[in-house]
Amino acid sequence: MARISGIDLPKQKRGEIALTYIYGIGSTTARNILDKAGISYDKKAMEWNDEEQTAIRNIINSEFKVEGQLRSEVQTNIKRLMDIACYRGLRHRKGLPLRGQRTRTNSRTRKGKRKTVAGKKKAPKK
Amino acid sequence: MARSVSKGPYVDAKLESKVLAIAEGKAKKGVVKTWSRRSTITPDFVGQTFAVHNGNKFIPVYVTEYMVGHKLGEFAPTRNFKGHSGSK
Repeated sequence: MARISGIDLPKQKRGEIALTYIYGIGSTTARNILDKAGISYDKKAMEWNDEEQTAIRNIINSEFKVEGQLRSEVQTNIKRLMDIACYRGLRHRKGLPLRGQRTRTNSRTRKGKRKTVAGKKKAPKK
Repeated sequence: MARSVSKGPYVDAKLESKVLAIAEGKAKKGVVKTWSRRSTITPDFVGQTFAVHNGNKFIPVYVTEYMVGHKLGEFAPTRNFKGHSGSK
């Protein structure tokens, strides 16, 4: 069973796909890693032998920031924005989109589930 | 789209000369009043207080080193939404 950078063990899938289960590795990075290790994209994660596993592990450890380390980096970047009270930081605090998207409708990803406001009139039907 | 690196960061020429004058001790220290929200904060600005116009008032902004690379306008919000009338 392949266990790389901590908790991840995807196995039935092709190596190219399996690696993307690690936070911080997408399909492009996964292919770069496999190219470097000299492993076919189509080889399933369970079929990797120990040598290939260590090769992959070494490449990830030396060249990429993944999982916890990457998550904490993202968090500190967000915290920095909030601490200096710039516009993006304020938007993070309010849980609204940062990049000028409309908020009259949509932006549900940032705002979360709809909260119904009591007594609000519905738009009149024409 | 991001600004071309070859041009360097944009800083209003007048604002920059004022900041440099203070840094060299030619002008006395104090709040620099500015409308130039579009100016990038360079390392020379650190430790200065700016009064940045938000279209209505001047908002005091004390520049720390973490703010370098942002624009002055990012620290003086132009809209001040306090919530809808019904909600508390």
